[in-house]
Amino acid sequence: MKNSIRILRAEKNWTQEDLAGAIGVSRQTINAIEKEKFDPSLPTAFRISRLFGKPIEDIFRFEG
Amino acid sequence: MQSIVMNKSTRKKQIANLAAWTLAWVLSTALVVFGNEFLWAGSQWLTGLALLLNVLLGIGMILSNRRFVEGSDELEKKIQLESMGLTLGLTLVAGIAYSMMDVTNLIPMDAEISLLVMFMGICYIVATLLNNRRYR
Repeated sequence: MKNSIRILRAEKNWTQEDLAGAIGVSRQTINAIEKEKFDPSLPTAFRISRLFGKPIEDIFRFEG
Repeated sequence: MQSIVMNKSTRKKQIANLAAWTLAWVLSTALVVFGNEFLWAGSQWLTGLALLLNVLLGIGMILSNRRFVEGSDELEKKIQLESMGLTLGLTLVAGIAYSMMDVTNLIPMDAEISLLVMFMGICYIVATLLNNRRYR
């Protein structure tokens, strides 16, 4: 799954640590999601979406 | 930005708790074996008591490990699950092969379970390190 978290995070000038703390996961998890090595769970995707104030489909794109 | 959830000190406490239970269980294992030989010279009552302590500490260690995994975030859980699954599979295959080597006299000594436990520990550590690296 592709995502635009790195760009959105950079726009807000947040570190991976900031984002991890805000949604309650480890920095390693944010890093793995940004590198598209790991797909987040639905609750985490919703938290990310709510935090950035954007719909999930604007942040995550499924490329099957 | 709102700040929430993952409490690092709670996580550290969970890790310390798991380490303490594991150490206590390992020491109680030594107590059963060496106590029987050197401390109470074959008293079955004391050996049974030490064994009971060993089992109770083992249960405590399992519950502590459960809390540790439940306290992990989703990626950590995935890493733990993959490492445990690989360890289980490798230990099963290696354990049965090792046992058959003993039964068919391919090895000159008896198959010792302690060797299998060491194998299991090494597999788990290596699998966890590799999986951590994979998701870095």
